[in-house]
Amino acid sequence: MLYALCFLLFMIGLYCAVVKKNLVKIVIGLAIMEYAVNLFLIMLGYRAGGTAPIIGRGDLQAGVERVTAHFINSSVDPLPQALVLTSIVISLGSLALLISICIRIYDKYGTFDITEIRRLRG
Amino acid sequence: MKGMTIIVKTISGWVKVLIFLFGINIILFGHLTPGGGFAGGVILASSYVLLMLAFGREFVEKNLPIPLASRLDCLGAFLFAFVAILGIVFGGSFFVNFLYQRYLPGHPLHLVSAGTIPLSNIAIGLKVGASLFLAIFALSAFRKDFQRPQEQGRDAGQE
Amino acid sequence: MSRVLPAFVLVPLIAAFVLPVFGTKAKAAATLLANLVTISLLALAVACVGQSGIYEVGNWSSRIGIVLVLDGLSSLMLLAIGVVSAAAMLFSVRYMEQYTAKPKYLSLFLLMVAGMNGVVISGDIFNLFVFLEIASIASYALVGFGCEHEELEASFKYMVLGTVASAFILLGIALVYGNTGALNMAYTARAIQQTGINAGLAFAMSLFIAGFGLKAALVPFHAWLPDAHPSAPAPISAMLSGVLIKALGVYALSRLIFNVFGVSIPVSWVLIALGVLSMVVGVFLAVGQWDFKRLLAYHSISQMGYVVLGIGMGALILAKRGNPLWASLAILGGLFHLVNHAVFKSLLFLTSGSVEMATGTRQLKKMGGLVERMPYTRAACTIASASIAGVPPFNGFWSKLILVIAAVQAGFFGLAAVTVVVSLVTLLSFLKVQRYVFLGDLPEELQNTRENKGSMRMAMLFLATLCLLMSLLVLVPSLRVTVLQPAVDVLIEGVSHSMKMANL
Repeated sequence: MLYALCFLLFMIGLYCAVVKKNLVKIVIGLAIMEYAVNLFLIMLGYRAGGTAPIIGRGDLQAGVERVTAHFINSSVDPLPQALVLTSIVISLGSLALLISICIRIYDKYGTFDITEIRRLRG
Repeated sequence: MKGMTIIVKTISGWVKVLIFLFGINIILFGHLTPGGGFAGGVILASSYVLLMLAFGREFVEKNLPIPLASRLDCLGAFLFAFVAILGIVFGGSFFVNFLYQRYLPGHPLHLVSAGTIPLSNIAIGLKVGASLFLAIFALSAFRKDFQRPQEQGRDAGQE
Repeated sequence: MSRVLPAFVLVPLIAAFVLPVFGTKAKAAATLLANLVTISLLALAVACVGQSGIYEVGNWSSRIGIVLVLDGLSSLMLLAIGVVSAAAMLFSVRYMEQYTAKPKYLSLFLLMVAGMNGVVISGDIFNLFVFLEIASIASYALVGFGCEHEELEASFKYMVLGTVASAFILLGIALVYGNTGALNMAYTARAIQQTGINAGLAFAMSLFIAGFGLKAALVPFHAWLPDAHPSAPAPISAMLSGVLIKALGVYALSRLIFNVFGVSIPVSWVLIALGVLSMVVGVFLAVGQWDFKRLLAYHSISQMGYVVLGIGMGALILAKRGNPLWASLAILGGLFHLVNHAVFKSLLFLTSGSVEMATGTRQLKKMGGLVERMPYTRAACTIASASIAGVPPFNGFWSKLILVIAAVQAGFFGLAAVTVVVSLVTLLSFLKVQRYVFLGDLPEELQNTRENKGSMRMAMLFLATLCLLMSLLVLVPSLRVTVLQPAVDVLIEGVSHSMKMANL
C-alpha cells in the first residue's frame, strides 16, 4: 500500500516534468521524481519492529556473538540506506547543473517559458 | 549581494563557528554516528552560505578566495585517490582497509577504530564542502536586476 | 591481467582532477597530459584483449563486495571507447582553440571517459548506475560547452530527458533489489533463475528498456538526440554518437537482458520492434535535413536500430530454442556493427567539425566545391560515407551483410528486406552530402578556406585507416576468434556465463 503511494508521488513528478511550461517548474518536477525513487529505496529495507542499524557503546558489553545475532535479527536493512546516500549525491550534482543552465538560458533568451525557447526544430 | 542588519551580522558571526565545528564533528565521527563525509561537507558549506547571506558576497570572497576553494576541492579528491591507491601498495587490492587489518586496528567504538574510513571521510568532507561552496557562490552571481537581451541591444544602439 | 582493471577508471579520474590546477597558464602541458592519458588507455585496452577475470575491490568476497569484470564483451567495448576517445582528444587539440576554458573541457572529457570505462567493466548493477551517472552528467555539461543560445537549449532538453531516464533506471534497480535481495549480477541471475520472473521483475524489465532506450536514443525515445549532437563541439559529438549512446544504452541493456534476467520471447520482440522503428524513422527523417550535423545525428538513430535489431534477433532465436548458430551470427552482426559505427560515425562527425572550422557554417546549401581546398577531409569523409552506406570493401558492408544473412537464415525475410531498403536510403542521403559539400562550385564566401593542419589531420587519417582495416576483423579467422567471438559467446551463454565468472 505504501509502495503504491510512493509510485503516485513518482507519477506526480513525471506529470509535472512533462506538462508544465516554466523551466523551473520542470526542474522541480524532476526533483520530486528523484525524491520518490529515494523514498521507495529506503522503504524496501523496512522490517516490522526493527531498530536502526547502529551498534552503540552500551551494546558491546554483552559480547560479540550476541551483539551480532541481535543485530541480524532485529535491525532494518542498511544496504538501501547506503544506496540512497549515493543517489542523493548524484541528484544533487544533476540538479545543480540543471539550475545553472536555467539561469544561463534566462540570460540569453530573456524568458523561462519553453514555448518561446524554440530555436532548434525540424 | 548586500548584507543584512547589525543584529544579524553579530549573531551569525558567532553561530557560523558553531556550525563549522558541528560539521567537523559529523565528519570525524562518521564511522560511529550517522552522517559521514557527505553530510558533514554539506554542513561546512552551509556555514559559508550563512556568512554570504549575512555579510554579502564580497566579504566572503575576501574570506575564502575562489582559487583557494578550487585547490581545496582538488586536494580532497587527491587525498581520496591517494588513500585508495595506498590500499594497493599495502594491501594488495584497490581500496583495501589496510589500516584496520594490519597496522592500526584500535578499539571498537573509539575514534581510532575503523582504519582508513575516517581518512576517506575527511577527504570527502573537504571536497564536498569546497564544491558546494563554489557552486552556490557561482549561482549567487546573478542579480535580480540584470537586463533582458533586447534592452541591452537598445542601450547599445543608443550609445 | 584483471589486476589492472581499476586503472581504467582511476587514471582518467585522477587526471581529470589534476587538470584544473593548471589554469590558463600551462594549456599546452594540460593538453599533452590529457592526450597521454587517452593513448595509454587505448594501449591498455589493446593489451586486455582476449583476457578474462574478475577483480574484487577491497578484497571483499563477491557476495558482499563490488566486483569488476573483464570478459569478452567488456574488452570489446573498452577497445571501442579507447579508439574513439584517443582520436577525439587528438582532434580537440586544435579544434578547441575556438573556445575558452580549455583545461575545464579536458577534465570534463576525461571524467566522461572514466564513467564510460566504469560502466563497461562493472559487475554490480548499482555500480553500473553510479558510473552511468558520472558519464551522463559530464556529457550534459559538455554539450552546452560553448554557452550560446542553441547549445544551452539543446543541453537543457538533453538533461531533462536524461534525468527522467536515470530515475526510471534507479526505480528498476530498486525493484530488482526488492525482489531478489542481491545487487551483484551473478547473484541476481541465480536468484532470478530460482524464483522466476514475477510481476515486479517484469515491470523492472520494462523500466530498464525505457530508461536505457532513452540513453541509447531509440525511437520513440530519441527526441533529445537531433538537438544535442549538432550543438556540441565536434569532438564531443563524435564521443556522444560514437561511444556514449552505445556504452550507456545498448551495452547495459544487452548485459541486463542476456546475463542477468535471461532472454524471453516478449522482450526479444520488443527489441526487434524498437530496432526496426529506429532504423526506418531515423533514415527517413535524415534524408530531408539540410544541416550537416543534424543529418549525421539522425543517421546515428538509424544505425543504432541496426545494432538493436541484431541483438533482438539473436535473443529471439535463443528464447525459442532455435539453432544457436543463427543466434550467434545475428549477435555477431549486431556487435560488429556497434564497433564499426563507433569508428565511422565518429570519423564523420570529426570531418564535419573540420569543415565547420574551416568554413564557419553547417548548412549544406551554403557549401560546395570544397574538394580542391580540403583534400584530406574529403578523402576521410568519402571513406566514412562509403562505410556507413555499406559499400564493399569497407567495414560497414560486412556487418550489414552478416545481419542480412542471419535474418534470412532464421526466417525473418521481412526484416532482411527492411534492412536492405534502409541501407539504400542511407546511401542516397550520403550521396547528397558528398554532392553538396564537396562537389559543385565553390561559392565566393568560401574562396579562401584552407585545409586544417596537424593533429586534426592525424586523427581523421587514423580513423579512416581503421575503417579499412576493421573489415579484416571478420575476414581473418584468427582475429575474429580473439576479438569478436568471445564477446558473442558472453551473450550467447547468457546467465550461465555470469555464474561461471563468479564461480557459483
